[in-house]
Amino acid sequence: MWEYTDKVKKYFTEPVNVGEILDADGVGEVGSLACGDALKLTFKLDEQGKIADAKFQTFGCASAIASSSALTEMVKGMTLDEAEKLTNKDIADFLGGLPKEKMHCSVMGEEALQAAIRNYKGLEPLPSEEGEVVCQCFGVTDKEIEKVALNNDLHSVEEITNFTKAGGGCGECQDKIQAILDRLWDTAPKQPVEVKPPAAKKKKLTNIQKMKLIEETLEREVRPALKADGGDIELIDIDSDKVLVSLRGRCSSCAASQATLGQFVQSKLREFVSEDLVVEEVKP
Amino acid sequence: MSERVVYMDNNATTQAAPEVVAAMLPFFGEYYGNPSSMHNFGGQVGAKVDTARGQVAQLLGASPEEIVFTSCGTESDNTALMSALASQPGKRHIVTTRVEHPAVLNTCQGLATQGYEVTFLKVDRQGNLDLEAAAEAIREDTALVSVMWANNETGVIFPVPEIAEICAAKGVLFHTDAVQAVGKVPIDLAGSAISMLALSGHKLHAPKGIGVLYIKKGTPFVPFIKGGHQEHGRRAGTENVPYIIGMGKAAELARTRMDEENTKVKALRDRLETGLLKIDATMVNGDPERRLPNTSSVSFEFVEGEGILLHLSAQGICASSGSACTSGSLEPSHVLRAMGVPFTAAHGSIRFSLSVYNTEADVDHILEHMPGIIERLRAMSPFWAKHQKAQCATPGYVEP
Repeated sequence: MWEYTDKVKKYFTEPVNVGEILDADGVGEVGSLACGDALKLTFKLDEQGKIADAKFQTFGCASAIASSSALTEMVKGMTLDEAEKLTNKDIADFLGGLPKEKMHCSVMGEEALQAAIRNYKGLEPLPSEEGEVVCQCFGVTDKEIEKVALNNDLHSVEEITNFTKAGGGCGECQDKIQAILDRLWDTAPKQPVEVKPPAAKKKKLTNIQKMKLIEETLEREVRPALKADGGDIELIDIDSDKVLVSLRGRCSSCAASQATLGQFVQSKLREFVSEDLVVEEVKP
Repeated sequence: MSERVVYMDNNATTQAAPEVVAAMLPFFGEYYGNPSSMHNFGGQVGAKVDTARGQVAQLLGASPEEIVFTSCGTESDNTALMSALASQPGKRHIVTTRVEHPAVLNTCQGLATQGYEVTFLKVDRQGNLDLEAAAEAIREDTALVSVMWANNETGVIFPVPEIAEICAAKGVLFHTDAVQAVGKVPIDLAGSAISMLALSGHKLHAPKGIGVLYIKKGTPFVPFIKGGHQEHGRRAGTENVPYIIGMGKAAELARTRMDEENTKVKALRDRLETGLLKIDATMVNGDPERRLPNTSSVSFEFVEGEGILLHLSAQGICASSGSACTSGSLEPSHVLRAMGVPFTAAHGSIRFSLSVYNTEADVDHILEHMPGIIERLRAMSPFWAKHQKAQCATPGYVEP
């Protein structure tokens, strides 16, 4: 069960401004049935150019409904310039916070508002049409990912998924999202950040150094774990990037030994020695 | 929050039967001996464990020595999968379905990344399997076929005894996750070709923390949890005696209540479903003819399940949803998607799962509140507005 704030619960159970303004000045529609949430926002301006009325129609979970309703309350009385500056973070803060997996509901609110303002200005309805679609499952572009990452100080793929859903379907685009984040935070102007060196680029080792490091890693990271299961591992040979090992004791008769090797030994050696290593088992 | 609780989420977990709890209590206090001990004090407990084993065996039509107690259904499923691979090292292929419970599905997906090959069988729009496709998927190096007996989300029943026969004819082990089926579908393992079967106590009115793995005599077996000699060397660890006693009692009750499940409970489920289907743009998911008697998966189109559940909860009604938002994932139920249920309906699916403790008053309480809840949520759904407009535009449509 989600932990919703009282304010989220209130805006879900007693939503205000439900409906559609038929002679609206601005109409914004975002989301889709396939995505699981969608929002249609309509607003009407008064003579001073301030938002006099706003209404919403939402298909989505409780936090989507609450975010939409809150948004309509927040924008009333704002000029379009003020409304344009409103972000998903403002919506989430107004509600006293949202569960992190539900932050995308507040992003949907921001996007609908932007779309409605663009509609009023006679621009293309979906700014998301700019850029290249990265996540095919939820139709999220690189531009949207960048914007949300900057606005909310997001550094991991998981955070991007929580805020935009990108990467939360089939998961195939997660590497692309990581690449966008790497690029973004390397070049982002204001962020005084620690830039992690890419893990794959390790210092070139001599053969002797490599051999020694492999032995050390097996001794420290691999052998204790295998021994705990009554097994053991022996390093047979190193042929360029191919590491030949032999399993002893219980490991050698276990059907899962191949999996142990592939997943465990290789991942440890790649982590501590070199990304290029391939582990193969030699039958004793 | 309403005072009244109407519990219709029995495929998630059930109330432990009062008879079960009563049977367990002495084994927390007075009878605390270890069944493996040589003294009478422990031995008398061992005898009670054997009684429980007999009660489970009787429910399944099996022999007591084919019954192994585990900690839960998931452990039983994992044990079956891993044992089949460990006992046949040359065989590296598994056949299962796309609609399995995560206990099997995620375990198989994990194996697929570790050098094993897994075939995930499709289901049709009704949630049924194609038996020919299942037979064709079996290869020389297939270690195990694992097919659930009944689906936890839709209640659709697979022809498990028939699939087991196909496997036996090809000399392949067959496992079934029968967690939802036991107690609702007649099961006679002695007369079947099923090699292994998993069940879970808390789905049939025993408490959480006890499961069973049936292992047919002659099935090659390698323990999953290694250590002592308990459970005839098939599952190490001191027996969880009170829960085993509870499991036995629950099995005995389930055997006597099987008829009630298929008459009283089924009638309540049908009454609920008939009432819910009166709501516009509503459909039942899964083959209506081949279904568990207690389960109803109903989709309310153009609304999202989480909102429905929260409004139901405010009326004291407990159900569950296959929508994305309720699960913490972003995709709706893998079962409904595998069946090709459209997104309009998958996101708005609600599962009601009944038990012998439900009453007509429970059903009526739901039917009283559901139309209003759906109407409220649809009133704010942009897709419902569009759907209504499209209907109005249909030639011959008369404005009500």
